[in-house]
Amino acid sequence: MTSAIVEFDRVGLRYGTGAEVLRDLDFRLTEGGFYFLTGPSGAGKTSLLKLLYLAQRPTRGRMSLFGDELSHASRESLPGYRRRIGVVFQDFRLIRHLSAFDNVALPLRIIGRSEQEIEGPVREMLAWVGLADRASARPPTLSGGEQQRVAIARAVIVHPDLIIADEPTGNVDAAMAERILHLLTAMNRLGTTVIVATHDVGLITATPGAQLIRLEKGVLVDPTGALRHPPAMPGAGRAS
Amino acid sequence: MSRLFATEAERRLIPAGGIRGPVPLLIAIMTFVMVVVAAAGLALANTSSVVKVGVENRHSIQINDGAAKAPAAMAAARSQPGVTRVEQVPPEELRRTLERWLGPASSDANLPLPAIIDVDLDAGADPAKVGTAVEQAVPGARFVAHSTSLEPLLKALRGLSVLALGLVLLVALASAAAVVLAARGALDTHRATIGVMHGIGATDDQVIRLFVRQIAIDALMGGAAGAAAAGLVIALILGRASTARMLSGAPPLGWNDMLLLVMLPLAIALLATQVARFALRRALREDL
Repeated sequence: MTSAIVEFDRVGLRYGTGAEVLRDLDFRLTEGGFYFLTGPSGAGKTSLLKLLYLAQRPTRGRMSLFGDELSHASRESLPGYRRRIGVVFQDFRLIRHLSAFDNVALPLRIIGRSEQEIEGPVREMLAWVGLADRASARPPTLSGGEQQRVAIARAVIVHPDLIIADEPTGNVDAAMAERILHLLTAMNRLGTTVIVATHDVGLITATPGAQLIRLEKGVLVDPTGALRHPPAMPGAGRAS
Repeated sequence: MSRLFATEAERRLIPAGGIRGPVPLLIAIMTFVMVVVAAAGLALANTSSVVKVGVENRHSIQINDGAAKAPAAMAAARSQPGVTRVEQVPPEELRRTLERWLGPASSDANLPLPAIIDVDLDAGADPAKVGTAVEQAVPGARFVAHSTSLEPLLKALRGLSVLALGLVLLVALASAAAVVLAARGALDTHRATIGVMHGIGATDDQVIRLFVRQIAIDALMGGAAGAAAAGLVIALILGRASTARMLSGAPPLGWNDMLLLVMLPLAIALLATQVARFALRRALREDL
């Protein structure tokens, strides 16, 4: 059986003393899989993504990432796991006063690569997302689509084991959405597990082999049980 | 190995001047106060110890009812082992001293003058034995240690030195508090950048490095300016008539003291850096 990269066991999440926004999430995502996370607004998609990119801890249950139980992991151990995750935020979260080059180079600098080691891969990545000539531009001078691509380049520059993208096509036209999807599937083919939160049905149908995680009112809807018991080979079939 | 300061590329994450604000000025003022107060405290402590050493083997014989008995008292003192000098204070000098209180009346031949005899002992001498010998030879004579007379003054000087040390510590504490506020303010200003860095996998040490270099530079610049201003004030004061020099015959601040004062701004910069590091780490721990 393919090993799980993400495993949730009766995970719940609440903010402060409010009601639970996620309840009894129970699923496994296999290494090398391509997953879409869908559901209506307020279903808890963003909260689930926050758990996945370690911006939140579950308030109950067990959550494993890369085979390690992280529900109660020490704060000091989390950066090591975060470096294995590439995140594309819906609002990009680019650093406004840094150039596109520096934004993309940031993860490499954080893992301690020297400037000589950074230059080549960052230029290559910017060319890959079609922004080679915009390397010195700052985010406020870039269009929404260009910012989106800088965010994607930043997320994939370290070849993470897991990519989490929140509405990565939300700010771009259809042609750019197709291009972004192409980037993500290319990463997936190289072995990276991809989780994309989206409302875009076209994006989902254009990705054969992807599985679906559907949330409704904080509860996982998994009628086929494929997430609880994923297929032996990634890409063997869609869950819905 | 983790570096102490951020690299050029890392520094671009925090725009230049992003955390300066009033910190250098504040540290300059605090350093100025600290150096001046520390210099005053050291000068007082030095004066106190020089005066104490100067008088610790010096005594006087006081005979209230006249100079006629002085030779007998002097002979008794000289007969004791460890007595190095016995010398009567000339009556003219006593009259000059009394003139400050009595005016021209101090020259009146009928004015009864006490006899005062200075007695120096060496370190091994027993003052009690000398005193007993003098008092037996001249009943009514008093053998008094100078240190006893000066004890209230020495106590006051020591108290002022301790007060100066307390003030230095208090100002250092206020400086540390100011740095904590500045560091937290800087952190809040750059919260979004720090959030992105943490999300990508930056450690707290990497985030702290971005700020510590600037805080160290601010503290050093402020400290140097404050210390320079304080040095000027101290030089002006020392250049004028010094009570301490008159009392002790020695300069109130030695080379060791100067070195200590020069080290103070460096210590303040180090303190500011460490306090900032600690405050930033605590603040960062408030988030996951």
